Amino acid sequence: MDLDLAEEGYEADTIHKLTCPGEPLTSSQAFMRGHGTYVDNEEVIASVAGTVERVNKLISVRAVRTRYNPEVGDLVVGRITEVQPRRWKVDANSRQDAVLMLSSVNLPGGVQVSSFGVLASYVTSILRILKRRKLESDELQMRTFFEEGDLLVAEVQAFFADGAMSLHTRSLRYGKLRNGQLIAIPPVLIRRLKSHFISLPCGVDLILGLNGYVWVSKHIKQSQQEGEEAFDAEAVYSNRNDDIDDATRIAISRVSNIIRVFGAHFIPLTDTSLLEAYEWAVEQEYDIRDSLQEDAGEALVATVIARS
Amino acid sequence: MLSSRRTERQILKVMGSRVEILNDGGYRSDGRRQYELRDITIDLSQQGTADGSALMTHGLTQVLATVFGPREARVRSQTLHDRAVINVEVNVSPFSTGERRRRGRADRRVLELAATIKSTFEPVVQTNLYPRSQIDIFLHVLQQDGGLLHACINATTLALVTAGIPLLDFVCAVSGGVHSTSPMLDLTTLEENDLPNLTVAIMPKTKKVTLVTLDTRLHVDRFAEIFELACVAGQIIHKEMKHAVKERTSALATSLGSGGKPGGGERVEQDTDMNYVNDI
Repeated sequence: MDLDLAEEGYEADTIHKLTCPGEPLTSSQAFMRGHGTYVDNEEVIASVAGTVERVNKLISVRAVRTRYNPEVGDLVVGRITEVQPRRWKVDANSRQDAVLMLSSVNLPGGVQVSSFGVLASYVTSILRILKRRKLESDELQMRTFFEEGDLLVAEVQAFFADGAMSLHTRSLRYGKLRNGQLIAIPPVLIRRLKSHFISLPCGVDLILGLNGYVWVSKHIKQSQQEGEEAFDAEAVYSNRNDDIDDATRIAISRVSNIIRVFGAHFIPLTDTSLLEAYEWAVEQEYDIRDSLQEDAGEALVATVIARS
Repeated sequence: MLSSRRTERQILKVMGSRVEILNDGGYRSDGRRQYELRDITIDLSQQGTADGSALMTHGLTQVLATVFGPREARVRSQTLHDRAVINVEVNVSPFSTGERRRRGRADRRVLELAATIKSTFEPVVQTNLYPRSQIDIFLHVLQQDGGLLHACINATTLALVTAGIPLLDFVCAVSGGVHSTSPMLDLTTLEENDLPNLTVAIMPKTKKVTLVTLDTRLHVDRFAEIFELACVAGQIIHKEMKHAVKERTSALATSLGSGGKPGGGERVEQDTDMNYVNDI
């Protein structure tokens, strides 16, 4: 294969060189093998079907569609699958279930209402969270925080030796999810953004988990979300939905259906394209049920591509 | 021409004469030549929540393979600390054969088929990259007309590739048999019942053989001939499979790029495709 040829005008962003398993890419003496490749007989050979990527002397192949490969700092949405001693197991669309340690969640502590400014209250709440000791009684009531089937948003904290990821929810933005619905799309469609918490003007909040799980929910006002008087355990670990009016329910379903259409057509999800698609869907006055029909989906995708 | 040949055969059948496996003109009961393979169709579209899936047809044999994983192993006692476990389950639909017959999950023949497929893929899938995980392969046999094992293997390969699971190479399988002294490829049920037959699975790049099965007795002098023939046929099937995978990869890569910047990528990909064709 002619990687030398590519060397002259090689622009990683524009040229997609495709390959599939068993195809020789280059010599292993001149290049190093990266993910999605292996070395046999002094040749670097692809092991997955996808695009060839080169960084200096490192050759790797990125599979077009695969499970989520976690990185530290990624925001993920997951579902509790198991409660174990001092830890929860979380399904995060990865090759193994993630682990959420009891020590990496915020626990309700003795709530003190501080009357200082926002910053002061933030500092005190952080201090309190840090100071709060995990007791045996917490272990016994782990199911009151998260139980099997609960959805949560968390951040990848570290990896274990076998590659399993460890999550944490030690921020007021992370924690249990309610007031919405989950949509699963291929993880590759979600790009890294500055913020993965998106508020759409139609009264819908979005959490784009990098693992391909997207949470679409009712908009919560900033002040309520922050919980200025600290961290109200009842609200954070509550299992009850707030009242959601009909207009919001319709908006949530519409956004969800658009995301499903994007997933089916393999279109990357960005806040701008989503908003355009939403506006278009409202203009067309499609019934929400019809927006999943094939022709409606194709028209939507065509519009989004044309506008971008 | 083909159809007239077929009707001839049918007339022969109706007249009660025994069906000839290979007639004087060198044609088989379905109008194929000795070394001719049946039509292959491949559909790699997404099936539900599966990570990878493939619908493979060899003539009238049709198999749907779906792959889930690598994911958390459901049975903890089965996990291996240094590699992934491969789990194969085969489901033979009652309507897949001529006469309707329900096979349970514990049917001995079906279990053996699953075990054969598992051992075929264990050396090919790079399981060491996914410790403590499990890769589930579910096969649904929708129609069968001979060559069930090779259709299952080919469908599984494609499903694993679409799931983005690292493989050393494709695995391409084909069946072959011998009628008196003349070898034949890709047998139908009718031929399978009458002839000694074997299934060969190869890795086309290294020409390594990952599977040879021989359920019936075959004369040792005939074996080499039919075996080599099957290896060549494997290369042909590989070409078809690779083409289907390339097409899907390029379609997905295009739509993935289209969200940001429209067009552009398509022409480049067609060029690379042409290069690959030239390579072959």
